[in-house]
Amino acid sequence: MSKIKVVHYINQFFAGIGGEEFADHKPEIKDGVVGPGMAFAASFGESAEIVSTIICGDSYFNENLEQAKKTILDMLKDIKPDIFIAGPAFNAGRYGVACGTICDAVKQELQIPVLTGMYEENPGAEMFKDKLYIIATKDSAAGMRSAVPPMATLALKLAKGEKIGASKEEGYMPGLTRVNFFEEQRGSKRAVDMLLSKMAGKPFVTEYPMPDFDRVEPNHAIKDMKSVTLAIVTSGGIVPKGNPDRIESSSASKFGEYDITGVDNLTADTFETAHGGYDPVYANTDADRVLPVDVLRDFEREGIIGKLHNKYYATVGNGTSTKNSKNYAAEIAQRLKNDNVQAVILTST
Amino acid sequence: MVKEIERAGIPVVHVCTVTPISMTVGANRIVPAVAIPYPLGNPALSEAEEKELRRKILNTALSALETEIDGQTIFEVK
Repeated sequence: MSKIKVVHYINQFFAGIGGEEFADHKPEIKDGVVGPGMAFAASFGESAEIVSTIICGDSYFNENLEQAKKTILDMLKDIKPDIFIAGPAFNAGRYGVACGTICDAVKQELQIPVLTGMYEENPGAEMFKDKLYIIATKDSAAGMRSAVPPMATLALKLAKGEKIGASKEEGYMPGLTRVNFFEEQRGSKRAVDMLLSKMAGKPFVTEYPMPDFDRVEPNHAIKDMKSVTLAIVTSGGIVPKGNPDRIESSSASKFGEYDITGVDNLTADTFETAHGGYDPVYANTDADRVLPVDVLRDFEREGIIGKLHNKYYATVGNGTSTKNSKNYAAEIAQRLKNDNVQAVILTST
Repeated sequence: MVKEIERAGIPVVHVCTVTPISMTVGANRIVPAVAIPYPLGNPALSEAEEKELRRKILNTALSALETEIDGQTIFEVK
């Protein structure tokens, strides 16, 4: 059998082009291996070859979804790879969404097998794990070494059209195809065994985990905007200049509460962003672009809203775990309620 | 974060660029923003035009808060 043809998709960062300041990089195709492709090539040995690498900036992809998809699909039409691999994206949100989106498009439009990898809390995982094989990886690029072998193994199987094992064996996220098989023990015996284990406080594995539908019903609409106190909250990391609480640029361990009494406009001298997951130039020049105090003050003056709350809340949503974000927001919500805030605008970058 | 604020009983609108993420996370009232590094601005515009753009997005955000909804809804900026 001739070598399996692989095309690899990576972002601007892993391609060595640069960080956030290059996140607008348009899709580009290069011959052969770039960046993490080396690790895949080593793992494939003689059985497969990365013929091309497609590089695209994370912001470009997410802000120009349709155009980015089209450009990349066009690039692939002539190459006709046996398998398309994206990432791994670890906990990089926009990269994960890009990997999932492009894999889904390649699979649907070109009928080519696809594979990606990312951390389970990456938003791309929730969006695509019921559509694609996604290998579960660690949350940072330090996990590259453990991510590549299961990805390479599964990629070869997919390319060859071999039978794919259960999610637990192959390392991909469950949620995809359900395969019938015969258990050795019948259901009643397995259920009683499980119950006995549970009663004895021993570990047991459910055969049908309940899906986690954590949805919150929308609250009622505001009836009289002219009389409400409105607050702004952001995950975009806007802090007073100098970042007094030292909110971390990623995996934030806290949120900040800041007084904006008498502040009409955020300027480069007074506010900045602490966020390390997007190009900070624009927010540092004018933080109203993320935390729109200037216009909300106008609304207040013009009587469109009752009052802009004199405190705003900010954290950095870059790689911050769902659990921490949830806790911060629950605490923020409590403080807003104590201050009789009736509506919130939450901005995200 | 949006969900926790909603859960506490305060109507909330999420202004963000990558709306599919907002949908997945479970925000109910969603307003699409301009770009990831400047959701409510655009450095290519003049200062006055940029503020006008921001005002348009925030007007949409206020209308979203004033609209009764049954489920997740994206309010396009007009």
